[in-house]
Amino acid sequence: MLEGIVYNFGEAVAVLLFVIGLLNLLLQKNLIKKIVGLNFMDTGTYLYLAEKGFIEGRVAPILADGITEAEHYINPIPSGLVLTGIVVSVSVTALMLSLTIRLYQRYHTLDMDEISTILRKGEIE
Amino acid sequence: MSFVENYPAFSIILCMAAAIVSSGISGKYARKLNMVLICVVALLSAITLEFCCRTQTFYVYSMGRFPAPWGNEIRFGVLEAMMALFFSVIMFFSILGGRKQLFREIDPFKENLYYVLLDLLLSSLLALVYTNDMFTAYVFIEINTISACGLIMIRENGHTVEAAMRYMIMSLIGSGLILFGLCTLYDITGHLLMSNIKLAVIEVAQTGAYHVPLVISIIFLGVGLAIKSALFPFHSWLPDSYGFSTVSSAAILSSLVSKGYIFLLIKIFYRVIGFEVIAESKLFNVLFVFGLCGMIFGSISAIRENDIRRMIAFSSVAQIGYIYMGFGLGIEAGMVASVFHILSHAATKSMLFISAAGLTDASGGSKRFVDLSGAGYRNVIAGITFTVGALSMVGLPLFSGFISKILFAQAAVEASPKKMLPTLICLGISVILNAIYFLKTVLRIYVPVESEYKSIRFKGNELFGVICICFIILNMFLGMFSEPIVELIEEGLAYFA
Repeated sequence: MLEGIVYNFGEAVAVLLFVIGLLNLLLQKNLIKKIVGLNFMDTGTYLYLAEKGFIEGRVAPILADGITEAEHYINPIPSGLVLTGIVVSVSVTALMLSLTIRLYQRYHTLDMDEISTILRKGEIE
Repeated sequence: MSFVENYPAFSIILCMAAAIVSSGISGKYARKLNMVLICVVALLSAITLEFCCRTQTFYVYSMGRFPAPWGNEIRFGVLEAMMALFFSVIMFFSILGGRKQLFREIDPFKENLYYVLLDLLLSSLLALVYTNDMFTAYVFIEINTISACGLIMIRENGHTVEAAMRYMIMSLIGSGLILFGLCTLYDITGHLLMSNIKLAVIEVAQTGAYHVPLVISIIFLGVGLAIKSALFPFHSWLPDSYGFSTVSSAAILSSLVSKGYIFLLIKIFYRVIGFEVIAESKLFNVLFVFGLCGMIFGSISAIRENDIRRMIAFSSVAQIGYIYMGFGLGIEAGMVASVFHILSHAATKSMLFISAAGLTDASGGSKRFVDLSGAGYRNVIAGITFTVGALSMVGLPLFSGFISKILFAQAAVEASPKKMLPTLICLGISVILNAIYFLKTVLRIYVPVESEYKSIRFKGNELFGVICICFIILNMFLGMFSEPIVELIEEGLAYFA
């Protein structure tokens, strides 16, 4: 078990980041902290992909020095996936932040529970 | 290669192009473009469906002509074409049925944005239905989430922004899990195309290597999609999102958005992981238990609700529970029943939301049951439509809900004895609970009371009336001519793997 963690150190860190992010997104009350958690979670996944996609001793798949053997290069797809994923997470983060601004302008708080309480009180009145 | 094989790719790209054009034109033209687009997509899907039925096989369309392990693919057969046709028809009815409320509830300057979101939503739904590539599916899941969030929050009041926030938080947890599951799966198989992943997974499962990563990726994909489609206990975002958004949005969200994710999950069962490997991982048993819990607790929450829109929303939780329970049976018949229920629930739930909007309009805009007394007399066509929807949900013969319940019961009898009894008992309880809250509402809207609210006549509201009648016809069509549809589903599932 311990040996596995040491051997796959990068992946272990990535999974840890993912879990920290997930818990923050789920459990934090503060909206900004939630968004930070979201970014942690996504970054964890990208680190995992990047770590899995890299093989020690190989280089990025750009033909230089005339070497054409596939064994010399890494697979470019994981890096491509990371880039696509980053674009997705940027747009999602922007959307979350804009929602947060809307909520803050309306209720002057970033606490999700407090906002729900205000809304529920408004319903009863 | 026949020209028809291009149509699925055409319809996805047309939707995206229409979304881009709509962002630059006025609301009026965006609305017309959206209507034309949905009709064109429905027509293309219908031609594709006819083509697939005639040729009795499935087709693989490689985007950009890159060959299999590298390129991106679309794959379609009877089931995919049928879903695409059905989704576009339901979307058409939902938008037209809620048009009057839409004018009232959203800022006229933002109207074109509403249609941009609808076009994007349709494109992502079509892509989820047709794609044969896992990462493309992930990207379109995110597009679907973002446009659904926009549809919730476009009616700007505190409730919808808060509901959109809740929806985003739960959805993003779901998509994070899906992405991680996808990465693990890619790591052990080395492929992103669904058919290639399956070949690799079969090999991995046979050798017994990577057992833990495989199970983890199955769990992450399953749980992620379950969160996104609001399976009990992940439904906390649902009532507010459906209850406070504009009526077209609520109808589309409940009947289409969650179904797109469920369809992707079926695809993962059949085409990505393979039925046997999933069954071995015991994911079906977990979905079975949560599906049963959803059927009961969704209905109990609906009974306690005092707001008609939120009640219908909670009823969605129960119906999603039915679909997952069908998956959980772990046999072919259960899958067929679930797919039929996807169609039946989509048709019925959008009908209920649209007709409930007609009833609330006849009650001074109030959604509370006290004010709805006698609303069935003040808006006759909405009352009739709501009654038909309610009876279908309860499971009366002639209506579509009856067929799906009978299919579930038949599947339960075929399933393992351990699952048969709980399924039949929960089906029975759930039908009774459905009857309690739906018939309570029907009785309430037909209480003869003197009311100060004005009646809404058919004249002047022809569009709403016609849409209501179309919904009734669609529902009764599903209920009375179910045999060919069930056969189509069985045939489609056979070509699915």
